[in-house]
Amino acid sequence: MVKSVKKTAEKAYLVLILLLLYVPIALLIISSFNASERNKAVWGGFTLKAYGELIQDEVVMGALYNTLLLAGGASLIATLLGTLVCIGMINMKKHFKSVIMAVTQIPLLNSDIVTGIALMLLFTRFADLSFATMLIAHVTFIIPYVVLSIYPKVLQINPSTYEAALDLGASHLYAMWKVVIPDIMPGILSGFLLAFTMSLDDFSVTYFTKAPGLNTMSTMINAEYRKGIQTEIYALSTIVFIIVLLVLFIINRRSEKLYKLKQESGVAL
Amino acid sequence: MIQKYTLKFKAISLLTTAALLLASCGKGTEKNATDQIVVFNYGDYIDRSILGQFEKETGIKVVYEEFLTPEAMYTKYKNGTVKYDLICCSDYMVDKMVKEKEVKEIDYNSMENIGNIGDTYWKVSESFDKGHKYNVPYFWGTVGILYNTTMVDKVPESWNDLWDSHYKNNIIMQNSVRDSFIPPLVLDGCSINTTDETSLRKALEALKEQKSLVQSYLVDEVRDDMVNEQAAMAVIYSGEASLASEYNEDLEYVVPEEGSNVWMDSWVIPADGRNYEGAVKFLDFLCRADIAEKNFEYVYYSTPNEAVLDNIDEEEKEEDTAIFPDDNVLDRCEMFTYLGPEAEALYNRLWKELKVY
Amino acid sequence: MKKLGSMLLAGPYIIWMVLFTIIPLCLILYNAFTNTDGNFTLDNITAITDYVNAKPLFLSLSMSLVVTLTCFLLSFPLALVLSKYSKNKNSIIVMVFILPMWMNFMLRTLAWRLILLNNGFLNKGLGILGFDPVYLMNTKAAVILGTAYDYFPFMLLPIYNALVKIDKDVINAAKDLGATSFVILKRIMLPLSLPGIISGITMVFVPSMSEFVIADMLGGNKVYLIGNVIEQAFNSGYADVHLGSGLSLSLMVLIIISMVIYKLFDKGEGGHGIW
Repeated sequence: MVKSVKKTAEKAYLVLILLLLYVPIALLIISSFNASERNKAVWGGFTLKAYGELIQDEVVMGALYNTLLLAGGASLIATLLGTLVCIGMINMKKHFKSVIMAVTQIPLLNSDIVTGIALMLLFTRFADLSFATMLIAHVTFIIPYVVLSIYPKVLQINPSTYEAALDLGASHLYAMWKVVIPDIMPGILSGFLLAFTMSLDDFSVTYFTKAPGLNTMSTMINAEYRKGIQTEIYALSTIVFIIVLLVLFIINRRSEKLYKLKQESGVAL
Repeated sequence: MIQKYTLKFKAISLLTTAALLLASCGKGTEKNATDQIVVFNYGDYIDRSILGQFEKETGIKVVYEEFLTPEAMYTKYKNGTVKYDLICCSDYMVDKMVKEKEVKEIDYNSMENIGNIGDTYWKVSESFDKGHKYNVPYFWGTVGILYNTTMVDKVPESWNDLWDSHYKNNIIMQNSVRDSFIPPLVLDGCSINTTDETSLRKALEALKEQKSLVQSYLVDEVRDDMVNEQAAMAVIYSGEASLASEYNEDLEYVVPEEGSNVWMDSWVIPADGRNYEGAVKFLDFLCRADIAEKNFEYVYYSTPNEAVLDNIDEEEKEEDTAIFPDDNVLDRCEMFTYLGPEAEALYNRLWKELKVY
Repeated sequence: MKKLGSMLLAGPYIIWMVLFTIIPLCLILYNAFTNTDGNFTLDNITAITDYVNAKPLFLSLSMSLVVTLTCFLLSFPLALVLSKYSKNKNSIIVMVFILPMWMNFMLRTLAWRLILLNNGFLNKGLGILGFDPVYLMNTKAAVILGTAYDYFPFMLLPIYNALVKIDKDVINAAKDLGATSFVILKRIMLPLSLPGIISGITMVFVPSMSEFVIADMLGGNKVYLIGNVIEQAFNSGYADVHLGSGLSLSLMVLIIISMVIYKLFDKGEGGHGIW
C-alpha cells in the first residue's frame, strides 16, 4: 500500500516536471501555426504561412547553416585536440598532467561572458573578426568538456593490454589505434556530443566575437525577435525540435543495440 | 619501430599545429575589399531586398550588420575589429564622429541621384555637419508618445502622463540614454542638450520616481509590444509609431505639447573603411527614386527624398501626422547635439544609477 | 622517446590553450590594471565597490543562488526516480528529460516571453479559469524562472549520472541492515552522488552568475545584473574596456572564491563526470 502510494507520487512528479519542461516548447510550436498577427496567445486560425516565409528567409536560414557549420567544425577540432592531449597524458609526469588539467578548468570557471570578452580583446588586437575567429572562440570554450569526458576513460586504461599488443609485434601506432582508442571511444563520443551541444547553445561567446553579417541561431534570434517577425522564429523552433527528436532517436537506437550487444557478450560497460 | 612511431606522431602533431596557426591568422580568409562593402545600420531599418538588388546591379557584395543604439554602434566602430564602409546613425552621433574626424568627406559630385535629397533636409543636417560635407540624410522624425486609444482615458498630450500612477506597469520607455532623458528635461523646461549637472540630476530623480510605473525599457521591441497591446503608452520614434498603427488601428501618436526631439539619421563613410567607391555607389543607389520609394514603403519613416515625397498624395500626408508632422510640431522640437566627453561620462553615470535603482 | 611522444601529442592542445585562454586572460589582467593612458591603476578593481556595480553583483549572486537551489531541489528527486527506472543513461526516458537542452537557448527563453507577457499564455489561461492576471514579465521572478528553465538539464544530467553509478548492492545491504530510506538517502545517495552534484552546481551557478541576455529578454531592462553591467561596459557608447576588464576580473575572482568555498565541502573527490 505504502509502496504503491510512493510509486504514484514518483510518477506524478515525473509528469509534473515533464509538463514544466515541455509546455513552453509546445507553446512555441503551436504559436508557429497561429495565424493571429498580433497576439500569439489568441488563436487566429491555422496557417502554414510562417514555414513558407522561413524557408525563403535568407537571414534565418543563413544563421541555421552557420550554427551547424560552426558547431560541427568546432566540435571536430576540439575532439581531435582533446583526444590527442588525453592520450599524451597517459605517459606524462604527474605535475605536468595537473598543470594541463588546471588550465582545462579555466574556461569552465570563467563564465561565458569573460571567455567571450577575453577572446574579443585578443581578436581586437591581432585579427579581424571572421568565421575563423568565431570558430576559434567556439573551440576554446568547448574543449574542456571534451578533455573532461575523455580523461576519466584514459585513467581506466589497462597499460598491460597495450604492452601485450606491443609484445605480440604490433607497432605503437597500431596498438594505439586498436587498443587505446577503442577503450576511450565512449569518452570521445560523449565529449564530441557535449561539445556540439555547448556550441549550438552558446550565445555569450558568439555575441562578443561575432563577425559582421554572420549570425548563429542565438544571435539571429536575439536580433530578430525584437522586430516583431516572431512567427518565423516559432516555426524555426518546430524544425529544431523535429531535428533534435530524430537525432536522439537514432542515437538511442544505436546505443541500445550496443548496450544489448555488450551485455550478451559479457563485457563490462 | 619506436622511431617510426615518433616520426608519425611528430608529423601529425606538426600538421595539426600548423593548421591551428594558419586558422588563427584569420585574415587570410577575408574577401577582397573592393568586392564588398560592410554596412552598419539600426535594426530593421532597410528593405533587405535592396541589398540583393545592389549586389546584382553592381557586383559589390553587401555585408550587412545591425546595432541597437548609437552608443553601441560607436563602441563597435571604435573597437576596430570590423572595418565598416558605411554607417547610418543619428544626428548627435554623426556630430561626434565629424568632430572627432572619424568620417571621410563624401564625393557628392559623383552621385547622380543626390539631387533627390531636398534642400530643407540639407539645412537640417547643418546642425551636425556644418557645410554638409560628410553626411547623406536617410530618414528623420520626432520622438513622442504612442498610445492605445482603448487603454487610455485621454490623449497623453503631456509628458506628465508618463508619471501618472494610473498607468502603472503600462508604460514603455526607451532604453537609449539620450532619448530617455527627453521627457524629464523638457518637463523641467531645460534644453535637451543641457550639460548642467543639477538639471540632469533633477531629471534623473524624476526618472527614478517613474521607474516603478514603467513596464520595461526597450528599443526595437517597443513597436511589437505596442501592437500586441502589452502596454497603454510608449515613448517612441515617429516612424516606428506609424508602422505600429498600420498593424493595430487603435494606436495613435502624439508629440507632447511641451516639446520634444526632432532627429535625423544620416549615412557617413567612416575614416577606416576599405571600399570608399563602393560606399558612395551604395549611397547613390539609396537616393535613386525607385530604390528610395521601395525603401520608404518598407521602413515607413519620414524621408528627405523629394522624388519619393512628390509621389505621395496630399491626403496621405494629412492622414499620417506621425511621419508628415505639421510645422507647429517641429517648431517645439529641438535637435540633439554632441555634448562632449565630460557630459557623456555624466550621462553614462546617471544612466547606470537609473538602471540599478 | 616516449616522453617526447606524449609531449608532442599534448602540444597542439597546449599551444591552443596558451594562445586562446592564457593570453586573452592576460589581456584582461593588463586592461584591468591600466587606464586609457596605459598607466597603472587600481581604479578598475576598486570599481566593484561602487554601488552602481556592487548592487548588480549582489543581485546576480542572490539570483543565481536561488536559480541553483531551485534547479537542485527539482532535479535531485527527479534524478533519484530516474535512476531507479533506468540503468542505461541513454535510455529514452532520461533522454526525454534532457531533450530541451538541445532546443536553442534563445528559443527556450523566447518561449517564456510568450508565456509571461502581460497578455501572454499565462494570463489568458488564468483569465479563462477566472483568476486575476499576474504581471510576472519584467520582474526578477521572470528572470529567475527563465534562467532555471534554461539551465535545469545541466543540473539533472550530472546528478543522474552519479546516481546510476551507485552499486545497487550497497543500497540493498543497507536495507538489510535496517537502514531507513532517509538514512540511505543521507548516508549513501547524497555522499556518493556528490561529484555529480558539484558539477551540476558548477554548470548552473557559473553561467547564471554572469547571465545578461535572459535579464534583457525577460527583465525588460529593469533587472540589471553584473552581466549587464559588464556587457554595457564593452558595448555602450561610453565603453570602457579597462573598467569592463576590471569588473570581469572581480566577477572571476568571486566565482573562483565561491567554487573554492564550495569544494571545501567536497571531500577529495574530483568534480568530473559532467556527461
